[in-house]
Amino acid sequence: MTRVQFLATLLISAAAIAYEILLMRMLSIVQWHHFAYMIISLALLGYGTSGTVIAICRRWLEPRFELVFSISGLLFSITMVACFVLGQRVPFNALEIVWDARQFINLSIIYIVFFVPFFFAACCIGMAFTCRPSHISRIYFFDLLGAGLGALLIVGLLFLLSVQSALIMLAVLALLASALMAITSTARKPLAVMQLVCLATLLFGLPQEWLVLRISEYKGLQQTMQVVGSNIVHVSSSPLGLLTVVESPRIPFRYAPGLSLNTRFEPPEQLAVFIDGDSMSVITRFDGNLDALGYMGDVTAALPYALLDAPHVLILGAGGGTDVLFALYNGAARVDAVELNPQMTRLVTDTYADFAGYLYDDERITIHTQEARGFVVRSNDQYDLIQVALLDSFAASGSGVQALSESYLYTVEAIQDYLKNTAAGGMLAITRWLKLPPRDNLKLVATVIEALRETGVAEPGRQLALIRSWNTSTLLVKNGEFSAADITVIRQFADSRSFDTAFFPSMTAHDANRFNLLDQPFLYDGVNALLGDDADDFVARYKFYIAPATDNKPYFFHFFKWSSLPEVMALRKRGGAGLIEWGYLILVATAIQAAIAGVLLILLPLSRVKRRWPRGTGSRMGSYFFLLGLAFLFIEIAFIQKFILFLSHPLYAVAVVLSGFLVFAGLGSAYSAQLVQRVAQKRHSPVSVAVAGIAAIALLYLAVLPMLFQQLIGLPDAIKMALSIILIAPMAFFMGMPFPIVLARVADRAPDFIPWAWGINGFASVISASLATLLAIEFGFSVVILLALGLYATAAAVVHD
Amino acid sequence: MRVRGAVCCVMLLALTAHGDEADYAIARAAMVDEVYFYATLARDTGEAALNEDVMQALGTVERHEFVPARQKPFAYENRPLPIGYGQTISQPYIVAIMTDLIEPGGGDVVLEIGTGSGYQAAILSALVHHVYSIEIIEPLADGAAARLARLGHDNITTKLGDGYYGWQEHAPFDAIVVTAAASHIPPSLVRQLRPGGRMIIPVGGQFTTQQLLLLTKTDDEKIITRQIAAVRFVPLTGEHQDE
Repeated sequence: MTRVQFLATLLISAAAIAYEILLMRMLSIVQWHHFAYMIISLALLGYGTSGTVIAICRRWLEPRFELVFSISGLLFSITMVACFVLGQRVPFNALEIVWDARQFINLSIIYIVFFVPFFFAACCIGMAFTCRPSHISRIYFFDLLGAGLGALLIVGLLFLLSVQSALIMLAVLALLASALMAITSTARKPLAVMQLVCLATLLFGLPQEWLVLRISEYKGLQQTMQVVGSNIVHVSSSPLGLLTVVESPRIPFRYAPGLSLNTRFEPPEQLAVFIDGDSMSVITRFDGNLDALGYMGDVTAALPYALLDAPHVLILGAGGGTDVLFALYNGAARVDAVELNPQMTRLVTDTYADFAGYLYDDERITIHTQEARGFVVRSNDQYDLIQVALLDSFAASGSGVQALSESYLYTVEAIQDYLKNTAAGGMLAITRWLKLPPRDNLKLVATVIEALRETGVAEPGRQLALIRSWNTSTLLVKNGEFSAADITVIRQFADSRSFDTAFFPSMTAHDANRFNLLDQPFLYDGVNALLGDDADDFVARYKFYIAPATDNKPYFFHFFKWSSLPEVMALRKRGGAGLIEWGYLILVATAIQAAIAGVLLILLPLSRVKRRWPRGTGSRMGSYFFLLGLAFLFIEIAFIQKFILFLSHPLYAVAVVLSGFLVFAGLGSAYSAQLVQRVAQKRHSPVSVAVAGIAAIALLYLAVLPMLFQQLIGLPDAIKMALSIILIAPMAFFMGMPFPIVLARVADRAPDFIPWAWGINGFASVISASLATLLAIEFGFSVVILLALGLYATAAAVVHD
Repeated sequence: MRVRGAVCCVMLLALTAHGDEADYAIARAAMVDEVYFYATLARDTGEAALNEDVMQALGTVERHEFVPARQKPFAYENRPLPIGYGQTISQPYIVAIMTDLIEPGGGDVVLEIGTGSGYQAAILSALVHHVYSIEIIEPLADGAAARLARLGHDNITTKLGDGYYGWQEHAPFDAIVVTAAASHIPPSLVRQLRPGGRMIIPVGGQFTTQQLLLLTKTDDEKIITRQIAAVRFVPLTGEHQDE
C-alpha cells in the first residue's frame, strides 16, 4: 500500500467514528438520549456484516481492491447524508410504543437505515486488512489513529458547526478518502466524475429542508412551536446541547411548577429555553423590581427560604437564571450558581442580558460554568442552602423517556457531597415533579436516607421534610435536626398555600393528605416505610424500582420491574398506560433486534463459507471469540458510562473512551506478536498473561477510580480528557491482545475459520452493546466489569492448551 | 375479552375494506361495551358504573370524524391516537371517566381549555347546555370549528386563543375541562368556576395519562383538589389489587 492509501484508510476510519458520535448527537436531539446506545450496536453490526461479505467475496475483491475501496468510500459518503435524511423520516414515535406495535417495526427500520453507512465504511477498512495482509500492522495503526482522531475531531467540530454542517464535513472527508484511493485505480476517470458530482451535490446541491432536524413533535420545543404566535429567536449549538430560545408574545409562557392554587400572582413575561428540543427552562423578565415576582413565594420550592434567614445559596443547574432570581426574591444574601453549558450562561449574560435585567451583574451573584458534582467536590464554601433545580420536563419525567439516562446529580454519593458543603443548620432542597403512584419522589428519599445512614446518621428521619403540591414535591434535608420551631414554619408555609405536608419529624397521618387528596397518603406512608425497620422489604415489594441510585447504578429515572409488567400491561386499556416504564422495554427491544440482525447479517451468510478445520476447533474457537466480543464491549460500555461522571457529558465520555480504547487496543494488538514470543520462552500462555493484565488493571480501577474521580473532577475539561485517555490506555492495551494472539494461531492451523472468528466476535459485540447497558441498570457497572473479567478468564481457559 | 377483541378486529378489518357508517356504528358500540366493561370492573369513580348518559354520548359521537384519515381504521380502539401538531385524541376510557367526574347536567355551561380535534367537546355537547372551547394551535382550532359545525354540534362555541384567562364573557362555568398541559392551574380559571362546580385536568404525557386532577369549588367557595388514578393500582405487592 502507498502512503496515500494509508491516509485514505485513516480518513475513512476517522469519518466513521465521527459519524457514529454525530448520529448519537442527532438522535439525542430528534428523539431522546438513550437511543444513542443503539448507534454503538449498529456501527458494530456494520463492521461485522462487512467482515462476512468480504470473507464470502474475498477472491473477487482482491484484484479490485482500489476500485472497490474507492466505491465503498463514495457510497459511505453518500449514504452518510442519505441515511441521516431518511432515518429521520421514519415515522417512529417512541411515546406510542405502548399502544402501537408498528413502532417496533419503525425502530427496526431506523436500525437498518443507520447500519448502511457503517457497512460501507467497514468494507473499506476490512478490505485493506484482507487484501493487503502484508501491511496489516500499519493498516491497524492508521485505522486506529484515524478512529482516535475522528472522535476528537467531531467534538471539536460540534463546537464550531451545527450538526448538519458537521455532517457535510464528514461526508467530504469520506469523499476525499475515496478520491485518494481512486488515484491508483484503473477506473480513476469515471470515479473522479462520480466524486466530483457527489462533492458538488454535498456543497451546493442539497436542499436545506432535507437536512433540517426533524425533532419529535412530542418534544417540548415542537409542541411550543405549534402555539399561535410562537417564534424561535435564538439557536446555539455545541456538543453539550442544542439550545433554542422561543418567544410567545400572543400566548405567553407562564412557567411556574408547583404554584399554589391560593396565589394572587402570575409569572411575568418569560422566554423559553429548550435543550435538545426538550428540558424547558425559562428566562424571566426582570426590571429590578422583585415585587413583580410574587409568584416565586408561592411554590413548593420556596419552603427552605421560609426556614433560613438571608442564606448563602448554591444553585445546581442555573439554566436560564430563573432559579437565581428565585433565590434573590426569597431573600438570599449571596448566590453561587453552577451551569454546565457556557452557551446557556451567555444567554443570560449577553444575548438576553437586558431581558433578564443584567441579573448576573448583581454583586450578590457568582456564576460558575462548571459541572455540578465537580464544583461541589472542589468547593470549600459552606452553603446555607444547596438547591438542585428542576430542569427536566414533566412530560419527559412522566413518559419514561429518561429511564436510561444516567444522572449523577441524584445518587447516594452526590447527596453526600452536597451535605458536606452544607453549613450546620443549612439545607439541601430538591424539587421534583410528583408522579403517582410515587416513583422518583420515593427513590430520592430512599437515596437520601442511604446517604445519611452511610455517613453515620442514626435517625435520618429527624433531618427530612417533604411537602407537595398537586404536581411537585420539595424535599429538604437539613444538616442537623429539624427543631419544633422549624416544624411550625413548615406547617404554616404549607397550610397558607394549600400544600400538603408529606413528611416531617413527628408528623402524624392526620397531617397528611389534607388539601390535595390522594387515594392514600402515598408519600407519607412511603417515607415512613423507608425509614422503618422493614425498609428493604418495602423496596422489594414496591412495584416500581425505588432502591437508592448510586454512582455505580446512576439510573435515577429507572423504575421498571419485570414482576410488575404483566399487571401494568393488563391495566393499559383501563387508563393505566402511565404505569408502564417503557423506556427500559425499548432497550430490551433494541437488544433483541441487534441479536436478530446479527444472526441474519453476520452468521447466516457465513454459513455459505466453506468449513474445513480440525475437529473440535469450531466449538472451542467459536466460544473463545464470542466471549471476547462480549467481554470487550462490556468493559468499553461500562467505562463510557463510568466516565460520564468524570467528563460531565455523555458525548465527551463516548468520544474520549471510544478513541482511547481503539487507539490503545490497536497498539496492544500490534504488540501481541512480541508478547507471544516473550512468554513462549517462559512457557506461559500469552492469552492468560494478557487476561491477567486486564484483570489486574480493571480490579485496581474498580477500587480507585471513584476516589480518583472525586479528586480530579474539578480540573479543566481538556486535562480531564487527557487523563481519561491515560487511564484507559493500559487496560485497552492488554484488551487488544487476546484477539490477534489466537487469530494468528487459527490462521496457521485452520485458516477457513478466520471469517468465522471475525463474524462470531462481531455478533457478540453487536449484542453486548445493549446487553451491557441492561446489565448495568440491573446490577451496576462494577458487576458488568467483573462479569467481563469472568468472560475473559473463561476465554483464556478455553484456549489454555 | 379475547372474543370481544377478535370481534373488534374483524369489525375493523371490515371498516378498512368498506368504511361505511354502519360498520363504524358497530365498532363504536363495541368500544362503548369495552369502556363500560372496564369501568364496571374497576369502579374507579367510586360508582357501580359510568353514568348512562356519558355512555350514550360515547356511543353517539363519531370518533372516526375526529381523527386524521390514516387513523380512521383505529378510531374505535380504546387508545389515544395522534391527531397531528404533537397532539392526541384521548383514550375513550379516559374521556369517559373525565366526563363522568365533572357530573355534567343538561343545563350546564362548560369551558374546555384545549379543543384538539373537538372530540371531548362533542361528547360534552350531548350532555350539557353549552360548551365553550379554546385552542392555542391555529390549524387545530380551525379544523375543530369546521368539523363541529359540519357534524351539527351547534351548542359548541370555539375560539383560537389564550386559555389562561378562561372566557370571562361566558363565566361562571359549571365545569371546566383542561386538556392542555400546564405547569400550574391558572388562578383565573378557578375564579371562573361556579360555586359547586368541578374542574378536571388529566396529568401526564400525550399518550400516557398519569392521573386525573379533580378540583371542586364548594358552595362556600373553598377549593378541594383530588388526584384520581384512572385505574386502581396498589403499588405494593401482597395487597388487595382488584375487584
